[in-house]
Amino acid sequence: MIRLEHVTKTYPASSRPALADVTVEIGKGEFVFLVGSSGSGKSTFLRLLLKEETATAGTVHVADKDVGKLSNWKVPALRRSIGCVFQDFRLLPNKTVFQNVAFALEVIGKSSHTVSTVVPEVLELVGLETKAKRMPDELSGGEQQRVAVARAFVNRPMILLADEPTGNLDPTTSIGIMKLLDRINRTGTTVVMATHDAAIVDSMRRRVVELDDGRVVRDQSRGVYGYGA
Amino acid sequence: MRAQFVLSEIGIGLRRNLTMTIAVVVTVAISLALFGSGLLIRKQVETMKDFWYDKVEVSVYLCGELSSAPTCGGSAVSDAQRAELEAELRALPQVEEVFYESQQDAYDHFRQQFADSPDLVENVTADVLPESFRVKLADPTQFSVVADAFVDRPGVEEVQDQKALLEGFFSVLNKLQLLALIIAAVQVLAAVLLISNTIRVAAFSRRRETGIMRLVGASNLYIQLPFLLEGVLAGLVGAAFASGALLALKEFLIDRQLRPTFEFTAFVGWDDVLAILPVLFATGALLAGLSSFVTLRRHLRV
Repeated sequence: MIRLEHVTKTYPASSRPALADVTVEIGKGEFVFLVGSSGSGKSTFLRLLLKEETATAGTVHVADKDVGKLSNWKVPALRRSIGCVFQDFRLLPNKTVFQNVAFALEVIGKSSHTVSTVVPEVLELVGLETKAKRMPDELSGGEQQRVAVARAFVNRPMILLADEPTGNLDPTTSIGIMKLLDRINRTGTTVVMATHDAAIVDSMRRRVVELDDGRVVRDQSRGVYGYGA
Repeated sequence: MRAQFVLSEIGIGLRRNLTMTIAVVVTVAISLALFGSGLLIRKQVETMKDFWYDKVEVSVYLCGELSSAPTCGGSAVSDAQRAELEAELRALPQVEEVFYESQQDAYDHFRQQFADSPDLVENVTADVLPESFRVKLADPTQFSVVADAFVDRPGVEEVQDQKALLEGFFSVLNKLQLLALIIAAVQVLAAVLLISNTIRVAAFSRRRETGIMRLVGASNLYIQLPFLLEGVLAGLVGAAFASGALLALKEFLIDRQLRPTFEFTAFVGWDDVLAILPVLFATGALLAGLSSFVTLRRHLRV
């Protein structure tokens, strides 16, 4: 589903590569934690998959497409097959929960009929069916992140990328979000999650890819956050 | 493409930047009004040329008793000279018609023309006015052919082109047109910069929305179209104001002020004004659309 081969990414302003000769393969339906300290290259890894950045060297394949060779007008199609969740939720403050989720469908041209059937389904999946008419600032952090997950998943992408989705949440709320991501993973969706949260990684016992200074230093199935644990 | 979605995005965008939008509309309106005036002045010059060139003649004045020109030799034109000149004039291919105006005809015209000033008419008699051939040319620009052939002939005092009298007036109008177009060009530049800036501010104030749109895979068209149409809409509203200004110019300045004052000449008609309006709308839309498009390419990258 995702394959990076000898990928190096150097940003123009920096001499040190953000990613150096990274080779990782992630299969369909896998759940992978991307761990490492700040600046280790986790975000760059995710941005390469979205073609927000282009690799300096090496090839990036997502869903059998060579992302580096993808022409600009095909990038939207790539992004429709990838859902994204972020630490800061990125909801639109002037739209209700329903409208926030519906927005993701409207802007890719889905009919209002599709919107009115699919959005309630996904809100039910994330457990927010009763809060569809609320505004984001009336919700707790955990609920806001659920809305963001609903928006990322509403178009049923093959891949879900999560960049520190629990970074702003307390441990109990984080567990709820992880259960939600786990449930999405069980529908066959590949999930890649970058995180600092050792407790979560340790409790989930899923594949762990550790980056340090742009290099893959560990790739372990059913791993834990640190070496020692 | 969901029209309702795009339209609501445009509405939101225009309201968010209301002051900037007004500035864009005003600038576009002024530049297009000046541009339209320039086109109208050119049309006016053409109208007057059509009107006057039909009427202008080349006058070949013949020698009288009192003529001092060297070709006259101190005496009036002889009957033989007059007959020869007339035959040769008629033989020229560029000449359409030749009228002969005797001293008495000239005197009658003179009296008619200056009927308001009896003192002047009292002091003029037929024999001081020159007799002449009034030559109508097929193409009024071919004056020099006639002038060259007849200016040095015995019995000819002077060859005068009435068209030359109009040229001075036309050159003033042409300068006015140039001035209007130059000011319009400066205004267009200002409009382009303003539009580009407005779109940039709009793109910035909606970066949250556009960021999410990109992330969920909205096509460039979907992301950029609301901004583009916003610009085009402002351009069209500006063009509407400019059209109003041009129509007012025609009604109040040309028809109510100039036409009664200058009855002897023709003015541009309503059809000429109406023909300019679509040009203004197209220019406004294109101007705004292009500057929005170029700005968007720089500020809303995939």
